[in-house]
Amino acid sequence: MHYADNVDYPRLLSRPSVYIPGLAALFGLLLYVQAGTTSFGQMLASALGMAADAPFAANLVVAVLVTGIVALNVFVVLRLSLKHQVYVVWAELALLVLVFFYSFDLSFEFIGRKIGFLITQGLTTTLYVSAVSIFIASVLAMVGAVAKLSSNGIALGIANFYTSLFRGLPLLMQIYLIYLGLPQLGYVIDAVPAGIMALSLCYGAYMTEIFRAGIESIPKGQWEASRALGLKPKDTMTRIILPQAMRIIIPPTGNQFIAMLKDSSLVSVVGVWELMYLARTQGQTEFRHIEMMITASLIYWVMSIVLELIQTRIERRFNRAQTR
Amino acid sequence: MVQGNSLSLVEPVADPVPATPAVQIRNLSKWFGSFQALKDVSLTIARGERLVICGPSGSGKSTLIRTINALESFQQGEIRVDGIQLTRKPEAVEAVRLRVGMVFQQFNLFPHLTVLENCTLPLRLVRGVSTKEAEERALYYLGKVRIPEQAGKYASQLSGGQQQRVAIARALSMQPDIMLFDEPTSALDPEMVKEVLDTMTQLAGEGMTMAVVTHEMGFARQVADRVVFMDRGEIVEEGTPVEFFSNPKELRARSFLSQIIH
Ligand SMILES: Nc1ncnc2c1ncn2[C@@H]1O[C@H](COP(=O)(O)OP(=O)(O)OP(=O)(O)O)[C@@H](O)[C@H]1O
Ligand SMILES: [Mg+2]
Repeated sequence: MHYADNVDYPRLLSRPSVYIPGLAALFGLLLYVQAGTTSFGQMLASALGMAADAPFAANLVVAVLVTGIVALNVFVVLRLSLKHQVYVVWAELALLVLVFFYSFDLSFEFIGRKIGFLITQGLTTTLYVSAVSIFIASVLAMVGAVAKLSSNGIALGIANFYTSLFRGLPLLMQIYLIYLGLPQLGYVIDAVPAGIMALSLCYGAYMTEIFRAGIESIPKGQWEASRALGLKPKDTMTRIILPQAMRIIIPPTGNQFIAMLKDSSLVSVVGVWELMYLARTQGQTEFRHIEMMITASLIYWVMSIVLELIQTRIERRFNRAQTR
Repeated sequence: MVQGNSLSLVEPVADPVPATPAVQIRNLSKWFGSFQALKDVSLTIARGERLVICGPSGSGKSTLIRTINALESFQQGEIRVDGIQLTRKPEAVEAVRLRVGMVFQQFNLFPHLTVLENCTLPLRLVRGVSTKEAEERALYYLGKVRIPEQAGKYASQLSGGQQQRVAIARALSMQPDIMLFDEPTSALDPEMVKEVLDTMTQLAGEGMTMAVVTHEMGFARQVADRVVFMDRGEIVEEGTPVEFFSNPKELRARSFLSQIIH
């Protein structure tokens, strides 16, 4: 933890000069947005037996209550260890998000009926499309980065044009262009391969830049030492430069993977039965859009969390040698 | 050439053609853009010779020794290493780099590999040596630079002096005929300079052909057969250490020495 100094500065939230104005601001904000008129406020007001025609009193009660809970919460959490602070805060925020979803008055019966299909058909297709695209995009990015750093004019030209075009066009357009455009050339392509192709090309273009920056971040002394020892260019790249560049490449690449997971929903426009497509169509039949959207969102979130965990593990592996 | 015994740093290498010098540089000129960094430099390094190159900053010392193993290109002149003419052809460059080891000012160890792997990876990839044999050989040279116990560590866990000695062991593991050193002690704290110079002195005593760019005049006096003084891309003066240090002929060499020896 070299970001923290060895000085015990008073915790920001434990300073009265921050704590008290902060709570006052929260209190004021709650009054200003008339917290009493929200569904939560109404619920609370009626539970306390307050008249529905006394909005100011309801506002006041809700503001006091919420401010009190927050104050107590901060007071308690500040006294936990760092690790527990993180867990508690995480859990509280996740709970808030779930309560927010819950407040939509969802039909859990409907969700229960549909979630199986959403997972077996939708999630599987999403995972398949994303995984294959991520793999192809990584290969494209590797080739693109090496081409961009080469002194081969043709490779350089192709790589520059590629990143320019596929970073420049909206992904949605790329999907349409491939799915509808390729048949014009006499090559009929299915929806799933078209989607994979568009995602791979688009993310390959972004990742080319990530890989290039990673490779360029390795000091020139590493290249010189490899050359002086007689290593061939291929060995220098794969055994010396790339393993070091991985440290730089992995965090933004993880970002790209998570983004791609969700951008894969764009291929639903050409009728691929992935998660988002099913969420929309299944909801339509019984006018239960919100149920399906929220379910799909949570599934995306869980997948992203899994990817984040995997990324952390890989980062740790590549950092092993270089953390002092 | 001094024959290496079992404790020597230098494996006995059969002399390819006894009469050919280790390095032969003729009328070498190099430009960086329009700036001429080397001006018609000619220099021969004999087998087993210990050459020290000195001169003010920017005089072209690094550029000169880096052209020898093709880390820098050159526009005019000719370089031969063990009689092999250095061109831009892959075979020529590979052959030359097999014969020339190099030690850098900044060590340039591979930080993602352990000390042992730093030495064995090039051996396996370039010389095609088996893992087991590579490890034996690497440990032998790590023993010679007196840090075999650090073999499992990463470079970032070693002191500067230890890192530079690993770099020397890594270069020696490839069993080159010629060793180039570009200011090997300039990045080191004073108390670590000696351990690296001692290793180099030992290497010199065992007959390795060495070209050393350094400002360590004590080392030059003790070890060098010949000192070359460069200024503004030219070799201005050369001679034995005794001649050069006690009686420099050129004005530029004299003023350089007066700055370096306080
Ligand atoms: N890659 C480069 N591009 C342009 N000019 C360069 C380059 N490398 C070196 N030079 C120039 O060439 C000249 C010689 O540089 P060189 O590094 O060989 O000097 P040096 O004698 O090793 O100096 P120092 O003692 O500072 O290491 C300097 O003027 C330097 O600015
Ligand atoms: Mg230099």
